[in-house]
Amino acid sequence: MRYLPLTAEDRSAMLAKIGVDHVDALFADIPADKLLRGPVDLPRRKGEAEVERILSRMAAKNVPAASVPFFVGAGAYRHHVPATVDHLIQRSEFLTSYTPYQPEIAQGTLQYLFEFQTQVALLTGMEVANASMYDGSTGTGEAVLMAHRVTRRNKAVLSGGLHPHYAEVVKTLSHMAGDTVVAAPPSPKADEDLAALIDGETSCLVVQNPDVFGNLRDLRPLAAACQARGALLIAVVTEIVSLGLVESPGAMGADIVVGEGQSLGNGLNFGGPYVGLFAARQKFVRQMPGRLCGETVDAEGKRGFVLTLSTREQHIRRDKATSNICTNSGLCCLAFTIHMTLLGEAGLARLARINHANAVKLAEMLGDVRGVEVLTGAFFNEFTLKLPGNAAAIVERLAAKGVLAGVPYSRLAPAAGLDDLMIVANTEVNTDEDRAAFVGALKEVV
Amino acid sequence: MLNNQGRPTAAGAAGAQSHPTFTGNRALMIEEALLFEIGRADVTGVDLDEPEGIAFSSEVGTGSREENASGKRAFKHRLGGLERKGAIGLVGLSEPETMRHYVRLSQKNYGIDTGLFPLGSCTMKHNPRLNEKMARLPGFADVHPLQPQSTVQGALELVDELARWLLALTGTEAVAMSPKAGAHGELAGMMAIKAAIEARGEAETRRVVLVPESAHGTNPATAALIGFVVKPVPARADGTVHVEDVRALLGPDVAAIMLTNPNTCGIFEPQVVEIAAAMHAAGGYFYCDGANFNAIVGKARPGDLGIDAMHINLHKTFSTPHGGGGPGAGPVVLSARLAPFAPLPFLRRTETGLELVEDRAAAGESRPFGRVTAFHGQMGMFVRALAYMLSHGADGMRQASEDAVLNANYIRAGLQDLMSVPFPDHPSMHEALFDDAWLKDTGVTTLDFAKAMIDEGYHPMTMYFPLVVHGAMLIEPTESESRAALDLFIMALRDLALRAKRGETERFAGAPFHAPRRRLDETRAARAPVLRWTPPEPVRDAAE
Amino acid sequence: MPTYYTKDHEYIRVEGDTGTVGITHYAQEQLGDVVFVELPEIGRAVKQGGEAAVVESVKAASEVYAPVSGEVVAVNAALPDAPATVNEDPEGAGWFMKIRLADTGELAGLMDEAAYKALVGA
Repeated sequence: MRYLPLTAEDRSAMLAKIGVDHVDALFADIPADKLLRGPVDLPRRKGEAEVERILSRMAAKNVPAASVPFFVGAGAYRHHVPATVDHLIQRSEFLTSYTPYQPEIAQGTLQYLFEFQTQVALLTGMEVANASMYDGSTGTGEAVLMAHRVTRRNKAVLSGGLHPHYAEVVKTLSHMAGDTVVAAPPSPKADEDLAALIDGETSCLVVQNPDVFGNLRDLRPLAAACQARGALLIAVVTEIVSLGLVESPGAMGADIVVGEGQSLGNGLNFGGPYVGLFAARQKFVRQMPGRLCGETVDAEGKRGFVLTLSTREQHIRRDKATSNICTNSGLCCLAFTIHMTLLGEAGLARLARINHANAVKLAEMLGDVRGVEVLTGAFFNEFTLKLPGNAAAIVERLAAKGVLAGVPYSRLAPAAGLDDLMIVANTEVNTDEDRAAFVGALKEVV
Repeated sequence: MLNNQGRPTAAGAAGAQSHPTFTGNRALMIEEALLFEIGRADVTGVDLDEPEGIAFSSEVGTGSREENASGKRAFKHRLGGLERKGAIGLVGLSEPETMRHYVRLSQKNYGIDTGLFPLGSCTMKHNPRLNEKMARLPGFADVHPLQPQSTVQGALELVDELARWLLALTGTEAVAMSPKAGAHGELAGMMAIKAAIEARGEAETRRVVLVPESAHGTNPATAALIGFVVKPVPARADGTVHVEDVRALLGPDVAAIMLTNPNTCGIFEPQVVEIAAAMHAAGGYFYCDGANFNAIVGKARPGDLGIDAMHINLHKTFSTPHGGGGPGAGPVVLSARLAPFAPLPFLRRTETGLELVEDRAAAGESRPFGRVTAFHGQMGMFVRALAYMLSHGADGMRQASEDAVLNANYIRAGLQDLMSVPFPDHPSMHEALFDDAWLKDTGVTTLDFAKAMIDEGYHPMTMYFPLVVHGAMLIEPTESESRAALDLFIMALRDLALRAKRGETERFAGAPFHAPRRRLDETRAARAPVLRWTPPEPVRDAAE
Repeated sequence: MPTYYTKDHEYIRVEGDTGTVGITHYAQEQLGDVVFVELPEIGRAVKQGGEAAVVESVKAASEVYAPVSGEVVAVNAALPDAPATVNEDPEGAGWFMKIRLADTGELAGLMDEAAYKALVGA
């Protein structure tokens, strides 16, 4: 087997050195009737070429985004990732290293985490950011738990514009932990009165911006309403490129910002791995979940970086930890930070302008299709259409015509009764031809 | 005539001292400034054209299509007055600068590809590059989680096939694929247990979770996170959990036990079957921490041992890269008793193909406890893990586990005359555990010994874990090491051990001496945390 | 001023109806460099053996338990900004809080200096 260096001769010599006759002597603690006598009933080893053949065949059954006009978003976005990013994250020393618990030989990881934390703090307009979470949805769950710890309350209020999967993650976690969740009904036009739902028991209000329907929201009145009641405002950003053009949640008064960082550096990957961004005000730092990298000096006085404030974490606090989390999204946050470095402030702003301009163009074109209404007033690169019919069926018909058009809201929340809504995203990768193909196909199917 | 021109080719005399350099660099070891010290606000490494024919008006607009004088459509943004007002403060680098910055950073890291990485309980095995190549096939990497299911049948097939392999290797009924990492899988597994207890109407009474003292910290953290009360199970002197100790704690208040097997001392729990039976008889569930599954893949099936739930760290056992701390992937297998409570989404086979069930209403007989993440899990990791499994096959994975166990015991045999083994009565599984009794009175600690290993070109072993062993050193070589590599590692550790015993403390106390950094001041980092770069204060006039 | 000790390595130095509480020299040595201290709010009622404060070093975190029941009447406000004081002078400037005793009878269950020294082998 190509991955196993030991030869049969090695094995017998090593067994002799250990002083046993057979390798099964080393498995003596396994009850004899539970020890398998031969391989389980699965295929035998395969060469590289055959593995490639099998997996390529499976891959070929899928329709990749690049092969069609593609407008699917709702929490994961197709952007162009520079070739440099993928090359760098595959360097052995990044790819095959462990969590940097031995800082003397992990400064590479630690320094990029420090740079990543700085970039995330700047983007979100917050004072501190951690070294990333699994993804945006789990980060949102963790943010709610953190708000409970800070406020010593246990009721979360969720906006009806929060991605339904995110809301489900929060509800599941809260149900299990015995906490309370008040979820506002879906608000395709962002016209909900969230301030009315906040009371003296509320620990936090969770608002997504842009929301799942694409609406841009002014968080400032909500921040004020939270503050008046002693609750925290948690802002969720699933399209991080928007922050190149839109006011940051921090500047609008958020206390905790959670983001999905997939848009920068990371591909769609059918849903994962992605990278959760997590930022907060400095005064809450000891209540934050996840790893934190901090600056210090070594024995010779040279600047270096270490994981710090780890007493919050599970390996020390055990059942009193702030979270059970013990991984971050290392390589995905490296990809994020490299892409962000390549873009820089100027590049990110331009990228955001292109996204917005393209989306406005598409919205105007789609709004001209008879029977189709663009529901979203202010948006970044995503908006919601009201269709003259079942959106899921229309999406299927468009797929049959070779256009991956958008996400029917009913796929995310079947019970909401909003079967005629479709969420459409338009990024810098979409061309005028793509948009024309989409509009043309839509005219034929509605 | 002899040509005595040109460069000298002898190595010359080796100076004993290190020579300070102007840059602070030492040849290939190059100091690298922070991004924010070298980047500039107006530099970019990505060429993007401003959107054609339109200009961003500062006016607040709701979209407009009036034509301007030149016949082009005037564009007004639709940001609803929420456009960013000030600069973000980010900086950029050109492409060559970016490349150099991150390549230099990478050179300060130790990876599996660098050398032996014996980090106990972390399974730092070889990461095949075939896996990377397969994960980047556009059919896997460039598909969206919310595309119509008819356009991702191959992706669903891959998830289904990986699930089939996991079920066959573990001997269980169902698997929840969506958890994003080991601790997340553990959370999902414990949520399934909680849901099953709720369904029995015992949510108020069964609230205790038993956790051995030797457990990973995630176990008590997970149980506490979802409202369970953690009760420790004492560790026995031989490093195992005894069924009588568990029985003594059982009662109608006990929901589950969380047991790592093979355990954190590197021992297969000999009474695991009896413990499972005792838990079941008392109405509780058996959660198995699968962190150490690499020791027994193809040798024993956890389902046969009586487990109800076990997460699988694809980044340990099935070779997906650790990536400097993630991403992981933590599918959790479930027994028949827990299978109905598996979270959304899950796969179902229908006449037309595979269907992803994403909603409770569509779940049929199942009673999913909820959802643990957006979308469907770590697809990129699934591809890598399946590539590993297909490559090894059932026979290769069994061989890999045998080799992993053989390698660990070989290291133990090579060191046990110098270093003390706390539990000599049991063979080691895939990791060999030593304590620090042998270092007593040498003036050298476990930490010093580990840092001296860095100077020898090795990543340290896991230290001070498990907590039940004083000054623990947990060595897991994995199956990826050759006999020659193990022999050299054993010799290097023997040399260090002898030096420690001879009292050569200076070799240890300041180690590492040859790494990119000496020991770092963790106290300083924690007392006044600096967690991000901030611009330097403007220089003030000294006369002020 | 009699000083009493707990098995969890807190001390309480009693003056009248009030006791000054902190962690012992032995405890700070075991913890290593203290990096963070969390103190209770003034006015909080604490129970004997209940959690009253948190002390963290780089590698360990532990609760500080109230040696007696009563009300927190003062805290060492300088401590959170200078946690090293706990290492330097644990039984002096590194004190945590003052508690007004609810029941002086509880003191009988604590150790005196000799008994505590015997416990930690000093």
